[in-house]
Amino acid sequence: MSFTKLAVSALAITAIGATAASARDQVQVAGSSTVLPYASIVAEAFGENFDFPTPVVESGGSSAGLKRFCEGVGPNTIDVANASRKIREKEIKACAEAGVTDIIEVRIGYDGIVFASQIDGPAFTAFQPADIFNALGSKVLVDGAIVDNPYSQWADFNSDLPAADINAYIPGTKHGTREVFEDKVLLAGCEASGAFEAMIAAGMSEDDAEDACIDVRADGRSVDIDGDYTETLARLDANPNGIGIFGLAFYENNTDKLKVATMGDVAPSTETISTGEYPVSRPLFFYIKKAHIGVIPGLKEYAEFFVADEIAGSDGPLSEYGLVADPELENTQMTVFDEVTMSSDM
Amino acid sequence: MTDTSLTPPAGAAPRAKTSLLREDAHTSRRNAAEKRFRMYGLIAVMCGILALVMLLISIVNSGASAFRQSYVTLDVYLDEAKLDKKGERNLEDIKKVSTFGYSPLIKNAVLSAMEENGIVIEGLSDKEAGALISKEAPATLRYFVLDNPDAIGTTQTFTLLANGRVDGYFKDRVTMESAALDKNTSPEQLMLADAFLEAGVLENRFNWSFLTAPDASGQRPEAAGLGVAMLGSLYMMLIVLVCALPIGVAASIYLEEFAPKNWLTDLIEVNIANLAAVPSIVFGILGLAVFINFAGLPQSAPIVGGLVLTLMTLPTIIIATRASLKAVPPSIRDAALGVGASKTQSVFHHVLPLAAPGILTGTIIGLAQALGETAPLLLIGMVAFVREYPGSPPDGFFDPASALPVQIYNWTQRSDPAFVERASGAIIVLLVFLLCMNALAIFLRRRFERRW
Repeated sequence: MSFTKLAVSALAITAIGATAASARDQVQVAGSSTVLPYASIVAEAFGENFDFPTPVVESGGSSAGLKRFCEGVGPNTIDVANASRKIREKEIKACAEAGVTDIIEVRIGYDGIVFASQIDGPAFTAFQPADIFNALGSKVLVDGAIVDNPYSQWADFNSDLPAADINAYIPGTKHGTREVFEDKVLLAGCEASGAFEAMIAAGMSEDDAEDACIDVRADGRSVDIDGDYTETLARLDANPNGIGIFGLAFYENNTDKLKVATMGDVAPSTETISTGEYPVSRPLFFYIKKAHIGVIPGLKEYAEFFVADEIAGSDGPLSEYGLVADPELENTQMTVFDEVTMSSDM
Repeated sequence: MTDTSLTPPAGAAPRAKTSLLREDAHTSRRNAAEKRFRMYGLIAVMCGILALVMLLISIVNSGASAFRQSYVTLDVYLDEAKLDKKGERNLEDIKKVSTFGYSPLIKNAVLSAMEENGIVIEGLSDKEAGALISKEAPATLRYFVLDNPDAIGTTQTFTLLANGRVDGYFKDRVTMESAALDKNTSPEQLMLADAFLEAGVLENRFNWSFLTAPDASGQRPEAAGLGVAMLGSLYMMLIVLVCALPIGVAASIYLEEFAPKNWLTDLIEVNIANLAAVPSIVFGILGLAVFINFAGLPQSAPIVGGLVLTLMTLPTIIIATRASLKAVPPSIRDAALGVGASKTQSVFHHVLPLAAPGILTGTIIGLAQALGETAPLLLIGMVAFVREYPGSPPDGFFDPASALPVQIYNWTQRSDPAFVERASGAIIVLLVFLLCMNALAIFLRRRFERRW
């Protein structure tokens, strides 16, 4: 151990000597892997059209990105954090403790979450919100009573669905997508199927009932995928009855392999999501450190370029890739232009 | 033994065998056991070879096509009305036209190429025809115009990348059936590609830019290359070599030749062996804490990656160096000391040269291990989308860069299926590098090894 310490300190000393001044000249971005493809498209176009160097975009997840964002102010910390969810109170507090007080929140658009199955498998075209809950919830409502999930086939509870075994691949708990799935699909389905009311009637508190609603059955019919959508796709390739959860952009790039399931008779697309007809979507954000604007060259230009009509608008490359354009993009543009921080509009 | 095996049986069957040897039950059991063990060994080796062959076949199968790419040669009219409205050829005015302004020029060029070759395809919209060309092309055009503002208003010939789906069609990844279901391409577009191929406008050739170009975003897999990643890996290996070799060799010589044998050196020895087995992510955490947060080095830079990998490689080099120093017979040291050499002279004049092949082999194997490492780079910001080439050393060590294994990891996460091919292609490149390094290690060992 003493040797390594010696080596480390020796290396560190040489390193410090070598970097007298290492002012950064490119924007540094990190965060959500859902936002990453959009951020890299923007970074690429930004590098091509501006005299600033192309920003460096890392992935690693919303929470990891925001954690690094909140490490402090200075060229050794990141300038922008991408997130597929809103920043939490706890994170704002952690930021403030480290001196990151002025944060600009930018909503870039919406991401649709779609259910899709193998193209040669049975067609799942008649999902109602309650169906996913009935298939995957650990406790469901059968004949007025809450019981352990007895269903093994989709047709068992909805005769419009194919008589295929229930096999679902859902994002693991570390994904931001899982939270949306729980809130907008399981909980909504739980309420729609009447299970929620039945649980309350059975004497559960509201919080307990919510927890019970989002509890996924553990008998192997629902598989958590902790990897990426590519892993879900590989699982579906091997299982014609399987159904997986994807981001809209991923599905749109793989329409030749996947068949999308409709939700309440609405097929997911950038149009149906922006009008709100398709229910399962979530906003995507990025957060800027105001203290870095003017210090890191190109930071404000990058942010403005990101939300410009030609990029994030409904005809821009982001929408082409699968982002649902924000109808209130103009407000967002103003926010970035005026550098409105989160605390000042609260 | 002798009397049982050599005694011929009384009244033996006449000359059934030429040998007089008769095996008793015990011997044949032992022989059978040996035969069985050899079988097991052979099966084990076969399993290993089979796994390797399967891995190689699957990688080469999906990755070999990354080295070929479809290119379209087009005459593009650089319209003055679009690129320089004022007509003053002022660079600042020309810069204001973004890449979006260049896309229509390319669409027009495709349409005029169709007209020229008499290609008519039913149901092909102008937009789909324009989308035959990669989204990288407007940038290519813009860079050209910024370098040659005088070319505005003329017609120039460009060799541009074809769209990833069209490229996939010539590699059998995309078929007419799948194109019909795909919103990013259409059967008509593929028919146009076929017609262009016949007319000689489109060609498939070796793809150097796969090795030299930087990474590209998810919308243009056809443009993605390994340039930045290879440069980043090269810089990191240089740093590892320059830092780890002197430190590692000095430490091993001291520990092996000079250090007193006491509990402290024993403790150090145990710890070095332990460090060699520590998961590499731990070095990443250490690197983040020491080099970035404490020493203030930049993120995503090869210098930090190289230093982290140095820490990871050091135990490997120390262990290999100590082993090869131990292998030098004591008689060499004794002879040197006997004729009056000092301890230092005996080490540097006699022991170290003899141990050098072993040290080099250990170093190269350590480097090869470091080359394939991703986990420690994750925490220091090198697992990133980097499009700018790092500068030339030594300043380039502080610029952001990617690394080969990182690039593979990034590409496997992309949604466009064309990146699967790119990732496998990158694996082939990485394997070739590893093969070369290991071959060099074997060569050095064979060439300079001394036996006693």
